[in-house]
Amino acid sequence: MKTDMVIAGVGGQGILSIAAALGSAALDNDLYMKQAETHGMSQRGGDVQSFMRISDKPIYSDLIPKGGADIILSVEPMEALRYLPYLKKGGYVVTNSTPFINITDYPEQEKLEATIKALPNYVLIDADRIAKEEVGSARAFNFVMLGAASPFIDVPFEYLEEGIRKIFARKGEEVVDMNIKALHAGRKFSQENR
Amino acid sequence: MQKSLLLGVEAIAQGAIDGGMSGVYAYPGTPSTEITEYIQHSKQAKELNIHSDWAANEKTAMESALGMSYAGKRAMVCMKHVGLNVAADCFMNAAITGANGGMLIVVADDPSMHSSQNEQDSRVYGKFAMMPVLEPSNQQEAYDMARFGFELSEAFEIPVLMRITTRLAHSRAGVARFAEVMVQNELKLPEDKVQFVLLPAIARKRYKKLLSNQEKFEAASEDSAYNTYSDAADKSMGIIACGLGYNYLMENYPDGDCPYPVVKISQYPIPRTMIKKITGECGKVLVLEEGYPVIEEILKGYLEKEAVIGRLDGTLSRDGELTPDMVGRALGFKIEESLEIPDIVAARPPALCVGCSHIDVYKALNEVIAEYGEGRVFADIGCYTLGALPPFNAINSCVDMGASITMAKGAADAGLIPSVAVIGDSTFTHSGMTGLLDAVNERTPITVIISDNESISMTGGQKSSAKGKLEAICEGLGVEKEHIHVLLPVPKKHDEIKEIFRKEFEYKGVSVIIPRRVCVQKNVRDQKIKKASMAKTAAKA
Repeated sequence: MKTDMVIAGVGGQGILSIAAALGSAALDNDLYMKQAETHGMSQRGGDVQSFMRISDKPIYSDLIPKGGADIILSVEPMEALRYLPYLKKGGYVVTNSTPFINITDYPEQEKLEATIKALPNYVLIDADRIAKEEVGSARAFNFVMLGAASPFIDVPFEYLEEGIRKIFARKGEEVVDMNIKALHAGRKFSQENR
Repeated sequence: MQKSLLLGVEAIAQGAIDGGMSGVYAYPGTPSTEITEYIQHSKQAKELNIHSDWAANEKTAMESALGMSYAGKRAMVCMKHVGLNVAADCFMNAAITGANGGMLIVVADDPSMHSSQNEQDSRVYGKFAMMPVLEPSNQQEAYDMARFGFELSEAFEIPVLMRITTRLAHSRAGVARFAEVMVQNELKLPEDKVQFVLLPAIARKRYKKLLSNQEKFEAASEDSAYNTYSDAADKSMGIIACGLGYNYLMENYPDGDCPYPVVKISQYPIPRTMIKKITGECGKVLVLEEGYPVIEEILKGYLEKEAVIGRLDGTLSRDGELTPDMVGRALGFKIEESLEIPDIVAARPPALCVGCSHIDVYKALNEVIAEYGEGRVFADIGCYTLGALPPFNAINSCVDMGASITMAKGAADAGLIPSVAVIGDSTFTHSGMTGLLDAVNERTPITVIISDNESISMTGGQKSSAKGKLEAICEGLGVEKEHIHVLLPVPKKHDEIKEIFRKEFEYKGVSVIIPRRVCVQKNVRDQKIKKASMAKTAAKA
């Protein structure tokens, strides 16, 4: 059992909550995990990434080698492409389709989608829309994304649910349920559109 | 036992708390900030009454830690690598005074300069001061080594340097904690009453002691559980792997089947016997170091008589952090061809937040500077350094904490008038005040803009030592009251701000302009905290 995943986004989008749920899931089930993240200057609206590694054997490197990631999970479409050198042959790109535009030379939406659709394995999902319309909370889009990546993560799905329960326990039942609903919505989309 | 999920920096913090620490002293700096923040937020640390307030700069932090060590208690001081330059005066001399209570100096280096001006390797400082150095290779070692560092410091009566790098600092893993928390030391003055009095006659004796202790430090490295020699059959090459370098080596042999002998180093001075053994037995030696080629250079020697490969001969990149694939290539592995980044991917550099007060300052400043000609704005370290990027392109220097004021002074001395300094509130109290005094004493015609957002924002909104004190400090240093202006940087004050800039640029003495508006990020956080505490109070009622 081993999954290496690059989680990508823009500073301030909250990709670390995805990593936190996964990390908690891994640790509570006696798996090894390492998760490297970006702090400091880039958090000011720059590109950020987290390297997430889960395995049933000890993990040495905090970084994923180039060509080693099973999944690129991106909460922003252009950011998904930035980490392609890390993707393993046969690996999956799972990305949100809603762009986060805070630069003047952001690529045209059509070209961007065409580039993603030219990849051998991808899931392109409008997580913002699903979070708003199907889940009922725009803020849950991160867990729609985790759900969309879940079919490719070599960790039992229940573990992910447990992880979400644990990290949101303090915020009450309602928040937990909302994020678990998001997880399921993302997973369903992915299973139907992979 | 259930493991705790901790960042490398948090592991050090928890290790120090569990290791009997009485106080941490620090100034924020990526990637070291969260060590102190973790302790500030720790319920356990609060119950144990562990000191954790921020210091004005790294030098004051280190001196306070040394004072706590003098009084017999365990103290930790944390900073980023360039912070050690600020604290270097105390650091070098603390190796001579030695420690009484255990003193751990944690310095977080930033190879590849993710959030820094350079990528200096603090192990060089360790050698410079002749101090033992610890370099954990993972989160568990980081935790364990905090307590070990205190013990080592007390055993040899010397501060111990712990050097980490960005990837360990900001990577999480499961960490097993000690079963027991160590009790803090009692107040206990040094037995030698003049140990900390570095008069030449005493300093000479203390220095000789430091020199004679080197053998002991080396013996401790030889015996250290953190330094290991693993033998293997293929002697065509031996590998010396330091700190994180060891992880990238083993990443390439996931089943632990490295065919070459390996020396893993996480404690310095360098364990000489192990190094002699591996260089003697193997045809050549590959050195994997995160940072400068410190060991590599020593082994290779100026005359290059030894077959040593690594960063100096191009086997590994001379600069930047190591990566598992870079190490893989050095080991002769073919790295699987992977996809390239498509051309349409645009750079997304960090930027000033929407609504940031620095934006209003730069917009006004740029327009007034245009009237005088560009090239005269000296800036400093903080969010406002982002004024160097488009659309502002507003600043001409960013060198070290406080350099804005003194560089503006030097440029004005050379005839560049007006010269303007842009500095943040916390950077001003960190290292700007003394430079302002220089300017006041000579009535140098400079304008200092202290862009005050009432927080240390780049590192996450820590408490600024300057809060509520700036006007009084400037007046106290001798800036004339009528040339100190406090103003509100908002778009509708644009013309007013420009007017004040213009007026003070014309003044042939020192002016200080303080645009003051709280950091937008801090404001959001403060509102959240306020809301949460109000909800709590309401629930109680």
